[in-house]
Parts: sequence; C-alpha cells; structure tokens
Amino acid sequence: MNSPHRVVIAGASIAGVTAAETLRYRGFGGDVLLLGDEPHLPYARPPLSKQILLEGWEPDRTTIKTLQELDDLGIQFRSSAAALALNPTERTVVTTEGAERYDDLIIATGARARRFGGNTGIRTLRTIDDALCLRNDMGNAKHLVVIGAGVLGSEIASAGRALGADVTLIGNKGQISFGSIGKALSSQIQDLHRGHGVALQLNVNITDVNEEDGFIHLGLGNGQTASGDIVVATIGTIARVEWLEGSGLEIADAVVCDEKGQASPGVYAVGDVAAWRDPTTGKATRVEHQTNAIDQAMSVAATIVDGQESIAPVPFFWSDIHGVSIKAYGWFYGHSLEKIDSTSEKGTLFASKEDGLTSGVISWDLAASAFRKSCAFVDESFTQRYRKLIVEEQR
Amino acid sequence: MKIVVQQDACVGSGQCALVAGSLFDQDDDGIVMLLNSEPSEAQERAAITAASLCPARAISVGKYLEPQN
Repeated sequence: MNSPHRVVIAGASIAGVTAAETLRYRGFGGDVLLLGDEPHLPYARPPLSKQILLEGWEPDRTTIKTLQELDDLGIQFRSSAAALALNPTERTVVTTEGAERYDDLIIATGARARRFGGNTGIRTLRTIDDALCLRNDMGNAKHLVVIGAGVLGSEIASAGRALGADVTLIGNKGQISFGSIGKALSSQIQDLHRGHGVALQLNVNITDVNEEDGFIHLGLGNGQTASGDIVVATIGTIARVEWLEGSGLEIADAVVCDEKGQASPGVYAVGDVAAWRDPTTGKATRVEHQTNAIDQAMSVAATIVDGQESIAPVPFFWSDIHGVSIKAYGWFYGHSLEKIDSTSEKGTLFASKEDGLTSGVISWDLAASAFRKSCAFVDESFTQRYRKLIVEEQR
Repeated sequence: MKIVVQQDACVGSGQCALVAGSLFDQDDDGIVMLLNSEPSEAQERAAITAASLCPARAISVGKYLEPQN
C-alpha cells in the first residue's frame, strides 16, 4: 500500500474527537480526518445547558480542541461537512464537501433532539446555536415551560428561574428521573425545584398545542393549561442514521455493532449513534451517556491501532440545578441510595450498594475535596480496570 | 510532551488527580491544578490516561507520541 492508512471520523463531537485523539495517543501514524457538520470547532455539550445558559459563557469556551491543538495532534478537521452517504464497498463517505476515501471509518454522527408539537415554536436544546438562541430569548421571557422531567429539563428550568421567569416543568412519568441516578433522588430534586419556585406537573400528558399572541398554550390531560412565551422540549433524542440508508449496514434505532463497535469490515460506530451488542445478552443497545461515548471511542481507536484493550472510564455525571452541584461517580443500576454520615461542613453524600459493596457515590453539594475522597469508597471490584492504572502510575 | 489544562472547561470530577496525582491536583473548588506541564517519560502514560478520562476534555497532552511503526 502506497498511501498511508486513512481513518475518517464522521462527527466531531465528544465521541469523534476522543476517537481521533486516542488514535494519536496510541501512536497511530496514518491520516486522520475529522468531519463536523456544524460550522464550529468541536465543542462540549454539557456546558450548553449549564454555563452557556446561566453564566453567560462566550461560545468559544466550550471548544474541545482548537485548530492549533488539532494540528499538533495531526488531525485534519473539516467543519460544515455533513456526511450524506456511505459506500462500504468502495470505502468512501460522501459529504457536502465532497467524497472521502477511508481505510477505516468511525461513525460518530450522534443524535438530534426529538421534537414536540410539529411546526409550532416549541424549541429543543442540542447544539450551541440552540443554546445561544435560548439564552438570548430567555432574558425577556415571562413564562418558561419545559417539557420533559430529566436532567436537561431540570437544568433549563433552573436557568429560567435564575433569569427571573416563571417556570413550569412538565413530565408524564410521575417523578423526575435524573440521568444515571434514575429516580433514586427524585424527591430531593423535586423539593429543590419547588423550593426555587418551579411549578411541577409530573404526571400529565399534553393533549393539545395552540399558538396565540406570542404564547404557546399546552392543554394538559388533567384539564389544566400551561402557557409559555418560551417552551422547550427535552424529551430525548433520535440517532442520526438517515444518511446510512442504502449502505447495507444494519440499522435499528441506531447503527448495530458487535461488542467491539464494528458495524461491517472497516466501519465502526461510537457514541449516541451506536448500539453495541452486549456479548452476554446478545442485545444491541444505544447508551446515551458521555462516559459511554468516550469509552467506546477509546476502545474503537485501540482496536484500529493495535487491537489492545482500552481503559474504560468510571461513569461520571454532573449537574447543577438551583446552585446545587450534583455529581455521581460509579454505577447505580437503579438501586436505592443510602445516606452516608459525613463530617463535611456542607452537602450530603449518598452511596449505592450492591451485595453490601459500594457501587457508586453521589455528592449533593459536597465540597470538592470531600467528593474526591468519597470516590475511593466505590468498591475495587467495580473499578478493577481503573485501579490497574493507578498502580502503574505509582510504580 | 507538554500538558495543557483548560480550567474553564474543568468540572472537578477529579479523575486526573486520581490516576496521575504527581501531575494534577485540585483546588478547593475541585478545579484542576497542573503541577507539572512537562511530564517525564515515565509519567507520559499517566498523562495520556488523565487526558483520556477527563469527562470535560479539559486536559490536552499536545504533540502526539512518535508513531511506533
């Protein structure tokens, strides 16, 4: 082979960038082309509903890698280049900026926000442009309605209150479900919302949507109405797989992959767009979690370079609502939580137990140092792969 | 290798200080503090691991390792 091995990565969010970076960290010497469909540099999504909405961050503070940093890593980056079609036989990806040949392709096109209410003005929050537009308009909003009672919905509701709007948070599952923690802290989080003046409607369906005089009126199943000059839906996402139609890849609600992330020879998928098959259950599942996206990207990069096992990060998740910082480290499996006696001055530590062992810890507004110490409570058996590294470093 | 940290992006997860305590620490708010921007050869692997595990991608280790082949 005369030309160097070429890896093309479709999608320049956290999964795509991590894959590109890890290829280099593992000593990959070929070409790496990273394609992003937005006009921006690769950026992080977690701050969009946090620091961008609330702290007035300039958009460039969300940048994951600058052009210089990408260049230092030998990563060629192309923005505004959306993937349109895949031809696995010829090993080419067609993009809005032309066709690209690859030896290995990593599909990291992520997901888009699921919309609600057809062509009404109900918004979603997924991209930096969505976030800046929402921030701009929320400054003048009188009543904000958020549909979807999860982490993202809670963060937007919290930002709305901080900016002085009346806020209603609507859900249909009876309680708030909070990321990897699930419903274990629902009552605390609901109390926090109520304490900050958020009106909660957590067990209703929306029966109709009307727009009138700059307001959107939502008819609720309990006969009430929720009206907002801004309405945001946070009701999940849809994997961006439509461009793969006709490629021959197996697509369910996401790109179906084996347990190493391979969808077909030389084609891999990672992050929100991928459903990796669990080797024990045989089921292919899409996992929408940043740690999972990073883990899969690192694993696929390792497979491409040397086939060696990569190091999986311990799932970590954080949020900030009404000034309370919530951090979760480890695995929760929906178990009930125990409150742990803590000598720290502020905040509470919760732990999830499995067979008497701590599988995860949650900090409810603890000081950073106390939280960091508590991470060590997570039992060794859950963190074996992780610990190996610490030992290596101490040698 | 040169380590660069972006304190703006840091969310204080502390994973860097956990896997590479000789290179990273955290301040009282949990924000990353870089102890040494030029790791020794023996520390390079730990630096890469810290950069890889950072949930906020706040750590960059700059120039990549020389390709092995």
